[in-house]
Amino acid sequence: MMLGALAGLAACDTGGSRAQSASSDPAPAAAGGPGKGKGYSHDPFPSTYHAYPGTPTLLTNVTVLDGEGGRIDNGQVLFRDGKIVAVGQNLATDGATVIDGKGKYVTPGVIDIHSHLGDYPSPGVQANSDGNEMTGPVTADVWAEHSVWPQDPGFGRALANGGVTTLQILPGSANLMGGRSVVVKNVYARTMQAMKFPGAPYGLKMACGENPKRVYGSKGRMPSTRMGNIAVDRATWARAVEYKRRWDRYEEKGGEAPSRDIAMDTLRGVLEGEILVQNHCYRADEMAIVMDMAKEFGYHVSAFHHAVEAYKIADLLKANNTCAAVWADWYGFKMEAYDAVPENLAILDKEGACAMIHSDDANGIQRLNQEVAKARSSGIKAGMNISEEHAWTWLAINPARALGIADKTGSLKPGKMADVVLWNGNPFSVYTRPEMVWVDGALLYDAKDPKRRPVSDFELGQPGEGDVK
Amino acid sequence: MTKTLLLAATAAIAFAFPAAAQTVAITNAKVVIGDGSQPVEGGTVVIRDGRVVAAGPGVAVPAGVRVIDAGGKWVSPGIFAGFTRLGIVEVDGVDETNDSGASNAPFHASIDVAPAVNPKSTPIAINRAEGITRAVVAPDNRGSIFAGQGAIIDLGADMDAVSKPRAFQFMEWGESGARAAGGSRAAAYATLKNTLFEVRDYIRAPGSYTDRGKDAFLTRADAEALVPVVQGRTPLLIHVERASDMLVLLQLKKELPGLKMVFVGATEGWTVASQIAAAGVPVIATALNDLPESFEQLAASQSNVGRMTAAGVTVAIGTINQDEARQARWEKQYAGNLVALTKVPGATGLDWGAAFAAISSKPAEVLGMGAEFGSLKPGRRGDVVIWDGDPLEIGTSVTNVFIDGVEQPLDTRWTRLRQRYLDPKEGALPKAYQR
Repeated sequence: MMLGALAGLAACDTGGSRAQSASSDPAPAAAGGPGKGKGYSHDPFPSTYHAYPGTPTLLTNVTVLDGEGGRIDNGQVLFRDGKIVAVGQNLATDGATVIDGKGKYVTPGVIDIHSHLGDYPSPGVQANSDGNEMTGPVTADVWAEHSVWPQDPGFGRALANGGVTTLQILPGSANLMGGRSVVVKNVYARTMQAMKFPGAPYGLKMACGENPKRVYGSKGRMPSTRMGNIAVDRATWARAVEYKRRWDRYEEKGGEAPSRDIAMDTLRGVLEGEILVQNHCYRADEMAIVMDMAKEFGYHVSAFHHAVEAYKIADLLKANNTCAAVWADWYGFKMEAYDAVPENLAILDKEGACAMIHSDDANGIQRLNQEVAKARSSGIKAGMNISEEHAWTWLAINPARALGIADKTGSLKPGKMADVVLWNGNPFSVYTRPEMVWVDGALLYDAKDPKRRPVSDFELGQPGEGDVK
Repeated sequence: MTKTLLLAATAAIAFAFPAAAQTVAITNAKVVIGDGSQPVEGGTVVIRDGRVVAAGPGVAVPAGVRVIDAGGKWVSPGIFAGFTRLGIVEVDGVDETNDSGASNAPFHASIDVAPAVNPKSTPIAINRAEGITRAVVAPDNRGSIFAGQGAIIDLGADMDAVSKPRAFQFMEWGESGARAAGGSRAAAYATLKNTLFEVRDYIRAPGSYTDRGKDAFLTRADAEALVPVVQGRTPLLIHVERASDMLVLLQLKKELPGLKMVFVGATEGWTVASQIAAAGVPVIATALNDLPESFEQLAASQSNVGRMTAAGVTVAIGTINQDEARQARWEKQYAGNLVALTKVPGATGLDWGAAFAAISSKPAEVLGMGAEFGSLKPGRRGDVVIWDGDPLEIGTSVTNVFIDGVEQPLDTRWTRLRQRYLDPKEGALPKAYQR
């Protein structure tokens, strides 16, 4: 756990993705305002990501876990032009490169909904520490993407050792409203924009509990208590509702444009459902309060992140259609993590709540398959029946839904991005590693080929350059 | 280990022996000795008077003793956690419960963790229930390169946790040593040399050694605590990560061959593995460090443990500044990952037997206590675990845990919370009434 007590804020959401549409020219419409959502740019730092070239590939003789709960033993996966073409048996080779994966598993790429790669990169020196804007409890104006260092060696580790193909990078949890998150494809690039997942909604990182009250209480300012946390949140949401009303009116009817407030832009986006709330929260009682606060102001919490006590209110989370993104077995590092149990994820799942695994850690992200294996086995030992194919939803379609990208990735369905991992065995075993990883159909890691192993700029010319790591 | 030291060690731990050790024969077991050998099926393990009598195939079952038919399941020595802060922290972030370091104390090397160990702390029970039976417990440094004296503890449910107090001195080197010494590696080196000089002064004339209080380089108590280190009777565990820092220490060891150095962390150890092996310095390593988390860990690789072991270094696994107060249980998973590396082209891992030894006999050997702990060889402490599967595999649970031959309870706060909330909805009464 690198980030210690400040780490982690996340939320999952089942909201549909709403692509960030670049604002069109803010020229006023003839008989009124510029039009809904057109008062200012919603996408000033657009994605320039492009898929790398790939070879049409048929993986055969493999156990397929499709990421939505489906399983095919002795199955096949065919992808071409960056997209999944078919999953099944007896597929036509159709000129594709055939890879025999006897005894191996194929899954969709791992999705980590909670990462700080790039904004708390390695090396973790102060000069690189860009994850928490700890100068005020509400910094909805900051965007994690403006901190992401695309040369973080951690991206390559997550790809090669963890099979991670998509991740959400969040601001830290020092603040009640820590800023916007960004979803990236795990593909090295010269710029952050060139990693940015095309069409993925933004998230707003919020935090409850110990971190904000400790950080600001110790500075002698509000909030210094949990009640202070909620008071500042509500005051801010009340302003956001007003901001949204003014901008909605202007965009519809014209007149003088209201003052821009970059923080309020983000909160307005949340109230519109365009930006998904990813809410760091540990205790059950606090999560319940936050869900009611969301109703009070008209937004929805996509997911609670960490959520170590989510199991206590699994029914409430289900009723609110709010997900929980959790660790398998972290506990006790801070007071609000004291009641963690390793059955958390399994109990949520059993109760029908939306649940998933997350890392919040540059080491943990390399073993999310093992974290899912631990969570599954804890559930099984507690008497639950959890298949491998079902458990894989916890790092595939469930986080994809909570990020609003389930129409694009998160499972091996025809037409989706060919984000694919070939494991050298059963990925629920400690003895298994990724063998090949494709992102949008491009082979970006091959355990047998040192040339298909990324080396970030930072590691060039350093001891161990290009090592297996 | 000298004969004298062995006797001293035995005397020091004698008081900690629990009373209710049983004589137990575990039959029909897949036996893991823990010495690096591979598991053997159809074996028997006999524990008597708190110690292992015999383990392996063809071991006779004594008459009239409790017999446990393992039904083919795995039986191994308990896990010996190579570096932890178990028992001295309840909740890391709650200062009142965290005895790992003392920022405002006038003492450093003389700090002894033993009186701070709480056998009833939650992490002890949780780790015990997962087969961890012994642990190296180290203090954390504050304001000095010397952190203080660490202990070997058992994770038993009784109140006698400390198996061996003052088992080693712990020192920070590299970046953290530099910070503690005032800001540079050079200053840390000067501090160490001066400390050794002052300790020799103390040894020559303890009665006239002036205690200069908080402002002194070395208080009387700290000097006294370092005497057995300087005299080579107590190991000096040194947290060091960078290759060049390790070579500096190996050079120092040439000047002071009596120092029983142990490297802790050693992320870049693989790049100087032959020198470490030649110097006979054992290592407690972080198993899976593969990120350049600092400029002293640029060469980090998961192959570090495998490569150092292949070069002849004695390597144990510890949780070095990574959830060390709670997650010694992860060492099993870490060891399994080292086995996984044997299937990754270009990587160096450990075979299964060596991986298990890295979390059982190797930590004991590194501390000079391989004759007492860490394996199922005859005469070792009766720390024995029965598992429902491969102990390094995810999802394997313990079925029985013996510490010093005493069968242990396996209930924890985790099991209690799970029982209460397996069905989260409230019934006829609030949850507070359900237990």
